[in-house]
Amino acid sequence: MISVRHVWKVFGSNPTQIIGSPDANLSRSELRAKTGNTIAVRDVSFDVAPGEVFVVMGLSGSGKSTLVRCMTRLIEPTQGEIFFQEEDILKVDEKRLRELRKTRFSMVFQHFGLLPHRKVIDNIAYSLEINGVSKVERHDRANQVIELVGLQGYGHAYPEKLSGGMQQRVGLARALAVDPQVLFLDEPFSALDPLIRRDMQAEVIRLHHQLGKTMVFITHDLAEAVKLGDRIAIMRDGAIVQIGTPEELVAAPADDYVANFVQDFPKSQVLTLRWIARKPDENEDLSGPILPPTVTVHNSMRQIVESALPIRVMEDGHLLGVVTTKDMLSVVSGSEL
Amino acid sequence: MSATVLAKPKPVQKANVVQKYKMELYLSALSAGFVFFAILLRGIATLPLDTSSLTSFQSWLNSVSDWIGNNQNSNPFFTFFINVIRDSIDAFVTGIQDLISQSIGNNASPLIGWLGIVVLLSFVAYTVANVRIAILVFLGLVSLGLLGFWQESMDTLALTLAAVVLALIIGIPLGICAGLFPRFEKVITPFLDFAQVMPTFVYLTPVTLFFLIGPASATIVTMVYAIPPALRITSVALHEVPWSSVEAAVSMGSTRIQALRKVQLPQAKRTIVVGINQTIMAALSMVTIAALIDAPGLGKVVVTALESLDIGKSFQAGLGIVILAVLLDRTTTAAASKVDTENSHLVSHKRHRQILLFGGIATLVALLISRIYSWAGNFPGTGLIGSDIARYADDIVNWIQLHFVSVTNAITNGVSYGLINPIQNLLTNSPWFVTGLAFVLLALILGGKKLAIISTLCVLGIVGTGLWSDTMTTLASVLVAATATVAIGIIFGVWIGRSKRADQIMRPMLDAGQVLPAFVYLVPFLGLFGATRFTAIMAAIVYAAPASIKLMADGIAGVPASITEAGIAAGSNKWQMIVKVQLPSARRALALSTNQGIIYVLAMVVVGGLVGAGGLGYLVVAGFTQLNLTGKGLAAGLAIVLLGILLDRITQAAAARSMLERTK
Amino acid sequence: MSTTSRFRRGTVFLLVATAISFAFSAGAPAQAAAAKCGTVNLADNAWVGYEADLAVVSYIMKNDLGCKVVVKNLSEQVSWQGFPTGQIDAILENWGHEDLAAKYITKQKVAVDLGSTGNKGIIGWYVVPWLAAKYPDITNWKNLNKYASMFKTSESGSQGAFLDGDPSYVTNDAAIIKNLKLNYKVIYTGSEAALITSFRNAEAQKKPMIGYFYEPQWFLAQVPLVHVTLPAWKSGCDANPKTVACDYPPYALNKVASAKFMSSGSPAATLLKNFSWTNADQNSVAKSLAVDKLSDDAAAKIWITAHPAIVKKWLGN
Ligand SMILES: Nc1ncnc2c1ncn2[C@@H]1O[C@H](COP(=O)(O)OP(=O)(O)OP(=O)(O)O)[C@@H](O)[C@H]1O
Ligand SMILES: [Mg+2]
Repeated sequence: MISVRHVWKVFGSNPTQIIGSPDANLSRSELRAKTGNTIAVRDVSFDVAPGEVFVVMGLSGSGKSTLVRCMTRLIEPTQGEIFFQEEDILKVDEKRLRELRKTRFSMVFQHFGLLPHRKVIDNIAYSLEINGVSKVERHDRANQVIELVGLQGYGHAYPEKLSGGMQQRVGLARALAVDPQVLFLDEPFSALDPLIRRDMQAEVIRLHHQLGKTMVFITHDLAEAVKLGDRIAIMRDGAIVQIGTPEELVAAPADDYVANFVQDFPKSQVLTLRWIARKPDENEDLSGPILPPTVTVHNSMRQIVESALPIRVMEDGHLLGVVTTKDMLSVVSGSEL
Repeated sequence: MSATVLAKPKPVQKANVVQKYKMELYLSALSAGFVFFAILLRGIATLPLDTSSLTSFQSWLNSVSDWIGNNQNSNPFFTFFINVIRDSIDAFVTGIQDLISQSIGNNASPLIGWLGIVVLLSFVAYTVANVRIAILVFLGLVSLGLLGFWQESMDTLALTLAAVVLALIIGIPLGICAGLFPRFEKVITPFLDFAQVMPTFVYLTPVTLFFLIGPASATIVTMVYAIPPALRITSVALHEVPWSSVEAAVSMGSTRIQALRKVQLPQAKRTIVVGINQTIMAALSMVTIAALIDAPGLGKVVVTALESLDIGKSFQAGLGIVILAVLLDRTTTAAASKVDTENSHLVSHKRHRQILLFGGIATLVALLISRIYSWAGNFPGTGLIGSDIARYADDIVNWIQLHFVSVTNAITNGVSYGLINPIQNLLTNSPWFVTGLAFVLLALILGGKKLAIISTLCVLGIVGTGLWSDTMTTLASVLVAATATVAIGIIFGVWIGRSKRADQIMRPMLDAGQVLPAFVYLVPFLGLFGATRFTAIMAAIVYAAPASIKLMADGIAGVPASITEAGIAAGSNKWQMIVKVQLPSARRALALSTNQGIIYVLAMVVVGGLVGAGGLGYLVVAGFTQLNLTGKGLAAGLAIVLLGILLDRITQAAAARSMLERTK
Repeated sequence: MSTTSRFRRGTVFLLVATAISFAFSAGAPAQAAAAKCGTVNLADNAWVGYEADLAVVSYIMKNDLGCKVVVKNLSEQVSWQGFPTGQIDAILENWGHEDLAAKYITKQKVAVDLGSTGNKGIIGWYVVPWLAAKYPDITNWKNLNKYASMFKTSESGSQGAFLDGDPSYVTNDAAIIKNLKLNYKVIYTGSEAALITSFRNAEAQKKPMIGYFYEPQWFLAQVPLVHVTLPAWKSGCDANPKTVACDYPPYALNKVASAKFMSSGSPAATLLKNFSWTNADQNSVAKSLAVDKLSDDAAAKIWITAHPAIVKKWLGN
């Protein structure tokens, strides 16, 4: 669906000269001191499949927002290619770009970006309005999405009267109003308190199930990334250090930076039996209960503990390996892997 | 940059800081050096010039002015450009005057008689603001009539209206451009600074040179004065719109225009209305000054009263101006806050509509009546209250003059001999290069190389006008007045900033002081202090102090509670609180109020020329009225502007420096 | 935008528009009288003698000729500038101004000289009355140096202060002081108001004061300043402004009008041409205005009722 190829974004006075020069290898602070430029995105490439939830994660300042804005050209990338359904959106003209923004892409922002002088319904109908949809029609559509995000009865309120969570629901509804193919969400829930954040995450999961939109989701919260993401890209100083499924990252972090990220995360919640199943010992009893490799450790805990015999992990009739209470405990306590 | 790609402004880098003790050392060395050389070389190269003599530059300006006069009706630049502008503005103003102030034909009222105007404006006030304001407008307008100045008030209103409309037509679009395009803003900022530093009286002469006397010139000078606030505040308003909502709009595929129209402007509306308020107030204050070039209205009454020393009448008309100012200010302020509440308050539609309908019909009826019956057309009576007020004002001023004259004489002499004369002698007797170098070095210490270059240009420019000595005379008075203004600003500012009650009492007086034309208090001051530089200094202080006090008070009141609480917790007494906690925290306000104090004082230099200050102010006034001094007057105006830029830039640099020191 | 405010705005516009068109259609009465004469733009210079001329002339124009009179408060030079643009139709009392006359009458031919107002102007040096009474010889310029130290003020340094008034009066005082070797310094008070206030205070407080003044002037009725004699004026003695060492010439005050206006055939043109009266006439009206604080019309009416024959002559019948 989306294909990002060698994208760079350099802020400063002479951005293009940095790329390819030896300066590009300097650390951020060194480069800033030397040339006054900042490399916000460094040679980033990845693909997003249709219907996938692709999460970008990283510390503050690692370039996540810049990257996602490059993908819709809210920020013009310095170099690279970005394909959306075979079309290089960095090459399209103004008009086509606006058309894509109006019909194919939508964005949800950390600080909501609602228009305070418009009622909820008119915020949601904004993009339809600039698309030239008639008032009756766009209010109809807006009311549909209002229902979709559970904001019934608030259509005629002004945004400032709503709680943060509800405001972001408006943000979501606004993004969904044009029935886009891709949703870009830049830390949409960072400004919300934990309880509401959990609600909203559930909401996104629900909407994803219901509507099946492709999503590029930015966060700096690993739990959120794991919960929502099909795949996660981890950024550091503008570059992507690792892309993988949540369990790949937890199970096999590419370097210390990633390992640091995942270190405090309850691994049992991501790791499946596939990752901890080991070859049975010579004399191990292979008559224990059978479980598929896709079950997480967390969810199979009880069965593993209750079974006296090692659990057999079977896929398509083949034995992948066995798991014992001891194996499981070492994962939960985090001493292994 | 492509239209839908957004770039946020870059963060500014901080300049490096000379350490504080070093600075103080430099400054004291500089002042000691200046005094030493000024006295050592006194009398050399002081560049004096007789009042009636002209330098070649000034004669050249004379010939320019003659050339303009001779070609006004033949040169295509005039016939196809300048004169066209003049005629169209004239027609516009006269149109408004015919509508509300000037009678058409003999003994007839204007198109809308007083009753019609009172009801109409009250109705307008209701629609843009609220009932309270509508009542205020009603009472205020009627009291203008009772003062005996109905027609004059309407003339002032008409001229203000015309200038404001034109200023907004020009100022708001330019302000939008400045808000959208940082590069444009950068280009235009120096011009705005210039227009703001330039004393208002100074550009009367050049404008009349091109546009001649009359309503057109009056409107143009008023516009020159009123456009900068409109432009600046519009630009600020756009900057204030949260970036996130603009970005959101663009991300949804808005064009630049759509984002502007549907997102930025609606959110900027409130601040833009505040800008309109500022524009109106600026225009009103300038329209009264424009009386000097034949602007009709209340200003003219004040000027005429000054000429015949009629204190009562000038006070009476001044009161009219204050009333008008209050009405315009309160209405636009209320309108601005209504823009805010409009969104959230859902007024009961039905009732609202009923009131509107009723009000509309009442207005229509009033308009008709004012057209048909002469009692509703021309304000009846000849100012019943007005003459009483004039008489009281006269009596009070006379009484004060009679009883205080020995005291005021002593003060005048004390300040003149003790303060003004020594400073003026030092400055006028010092060689120009010593004083000029002192300025440049001061600029270098406070602001760095760039400021030093600007200062050098200003100093050389002043020398070039041929009026160095007069400039030094003026500078002496300006320094004394500015110092006094700042002192008053601090004392009253601290008092008002610390006490809510003081604020409530003083605020309206300060507001009135700011809109009262200086001419009103010139005559009483003349009576008390004679035709001296001291009188000019007093007038400048009265004019400049309100702005200075307000800025200071806001600064003190704005010191965060956390800081004052820390001071109290540390056991400071009241005096320590003020000196050690509040004043240092309000440093920015102090710097700003100093800067504004100087600018305001400079604006009064020309007025000072009317009451015995001599120097540049007198030359501007003389140039305005004597043909062979026109060039000299223009040169004097230029010298005032250059002096203004010099003082403005140096105080701003000092202000910026004190800010940096604090952040260190 | 809420529907309320849109409705509101619409209503206001609609109402205002209707109202205005109504007002226009209701017709303008009393236009007929003005048609004969039309509008006359008269300059109003600051001094009260001029005000007196203006009060009487405009009263007659309004009441006998049916003109619409527009009065413009302007300084002298600025008034002259109004001729080419049509802003000004007439100046009623002109004091000299050869340079302006050369520019606008001779060169640009936009103005014409209408001849004398009948008033004689005197410009010169004056001292406050109490001083002249106490030191009678002070009224001769030769004795001025003797008294110079008495006139010292905070503004004049070591010399005596000589006060000048309105900056629009062309004065020779600085040159006269220099050329007669007088130990005085010219202090520019900057306005006539400042000068009069200074004279008045000096008399009230019995302080010495000398300065520039002129007659006819209503203020002399309140404080009768005493004229100081300078070397007598002879034709040409003041030709070079740098070497002047003589008194000011006597002025025959005249009227100046716009050439265009004079050829317009307005009955007001005749009045302007014929207008002429004595210093006593002018002073009596000036006193009504300045001392008795009557309105222009009231002051004019008193004089006009008392002098019907003169008015009749002015009107040319
Ligand atoms: N307009 C700009 N000009 C210069 N530098 C910028 C600009 N915008 C961002 N940067 C820099 O680029 C880097 C990446 O910023 P970005 O906002 O993309 O980070 P982020 O990962 O989204 O951080 P956060 O989690 O705080 O939102 C930062 O070092 C930032 O200072
Ligand atoms: Mg970010």
